[in-house]
Amino acid sequence: MEYIQEYSELKFQGIKINYLYVCKRKLWLFSKNITFENWSDRVLLGKILHEYSYPKEETKEVLIDNLIRIDILSDGAVREVKHSSKMKEADIMQVMYYLYYLKQKGIQKQGIINYPKERRKEVLDLTPEYEEKVKQALKEIEEITKKPVPPPATKQRICKSCAYFEFCWG
Amino acid sequence: MQKTLYINSNGRLRRKENTLYFETETEKRAVDIENIEQIHIFGEVDLNTRALNYISQYGIVLHFYNYYGFYAGSFMPRKKNVSGDVVVRQALHYLDRDKRMFLAYCFVESAVYHMMRNLRERKEAEAFLNAIEDEWENGRFNISSIPELMGLEGRVRNIYYSSFNQFLPEDFYMERREKRPPTNPINALISFGNSLIYSTILTEIYHTQLDPSISFLHEPGEKRFSLSLDISEIFKPLIVDSVIFKLLNNRQITLEHFDEDLNYCYLNQEGRKIFIKELQNKLETTVRHRQLNRNVSYKGYIRLECYKLIKHFIGDSVYSPLKAWW
Repeated sequence: MEYIQEYSELKFQGIKINYLYVCKRKLWLFSKNITFENWSDRVLLGKILHEYSYPKEETKEVLIDNLIRIDILSDGAVREVKHSSKMKEADIMQVMYYLYYLKQKGIQKQGIINYPKERRKEVLDLTPEYEEKVKQALKEIEEITKKPVPPPATKQRICKSCAYFEFCWG
Repeated sequence: MQKTLYINSNGRLRRKENTLYFETETEKRAVDIENIEQIHIFGEVDLNTRALNYISQYGIVLHFYNYYGFYAGSFMPRKKNVSGDVVVRQALHYLDRDKRMFLAYCFVESAVYHMMRNLRERKEAEAFLNAIEDEWENGRFNISSIPELMGLEGRVRNIYYSSFNQFLPEDFYMERREKRPPTNPINALISFGNSLIYSTILTEIYHTQLDPSISFLHEPGEKRFSLSLDISEIFKPLIVDSVIFKLLNNRQITLEHFDEDLNYCYLNQEGRKIFIKELQNKLETTVRHRQLNRNVSYKGYIRLECYKLIKHFIGDSVYSPLKAWW
């Protein structure tokens, strides 16, 4: 019982949940502040997308507890804006984590992932299964980031567009 | 690729609204601030905090040189990507004698490799190449301390420099390498090139999580940013020396590009411009990287060297210094 309680207190930035599903090595490096995002054109593209999509929404970039940054809050939903749906599972888990986090604070919300470039959206509700998955993910993040050395690089198709590509393979 | 701006004329760096201008008495030029990584300032330039604050926002490093073209210092904006973890581990590699020796040796090994690479194509330098090989092969397994390693490196470098007389124009005869101040043209060229590469490497280090003041071959504190000295061992022969050979052998730089002042000898403005242009060309030249399968510029290889050091410090993969394969 104590074990579970301990883990229910785990808190991470939402992006770490995302990275857990994209690349565990990236998660480890990011957790040590070894970041290359500010040099990546792709990351810049994402920033611009965030800035220019949904200009009419007023509650953008909401920071909760100095930890969780929600892209848009509107119509009772937590909305996350993404460039492409290539990493859909990671995006879903990130939003589920937000919903889970808000639930702990007694707030019930729906989640929406917007893919403005694809003119698609994904509407999500926090189900018990996903809640369990989020808890598992938090444990896993804790374990990975506690390791003294990063997980080895494994070549994936997404490597070539990653900001860490030259770091991992150069 | 992020660009480098060199300012040779006198003038003022000024921010007007959201544009940075370089103004001289006769012209006013907008600086492409989004795409600039570093600015080398050789001229007499005024700037104010408004301009500096703006430059900082973009993480641009300013390097200053005095009237003679000697490196004076750098302005580095507050660092954005700091990793305490990397710094602590970098320091551990300094404190552990064996770990420090390993890295120091790597830097020298690569330096010697690139020196030999420079001589390999030159018939006139064959004897010197053999002498370096002897010195290095006999010496490298009997090193037990950093000063010994430095001594060996010094001996190799002496042979290397004395070979220059065999294939460089007679005007550029070098009796021996001398720094601070260089008293003849060839020494002036080497010093100028080395200080440019030193500050270029510093800029690359600045953009990574490495701490530029913790070094291995050089003693930290020897200069403020001694890691830059360590890494420059690799790139001095690879980049600076080959630029010098090209400029002298093609007679693009001749004695008329130097001024002398008491015991000083230094490149004049015209000479500096020629040198900077050629160096910049070299830094932007790309070579296909075998693992990345992408074209990487010489400057990019400096950045990759920094990445390899980070990976070494965090226990990801053992550092192996660059040995140009092309």
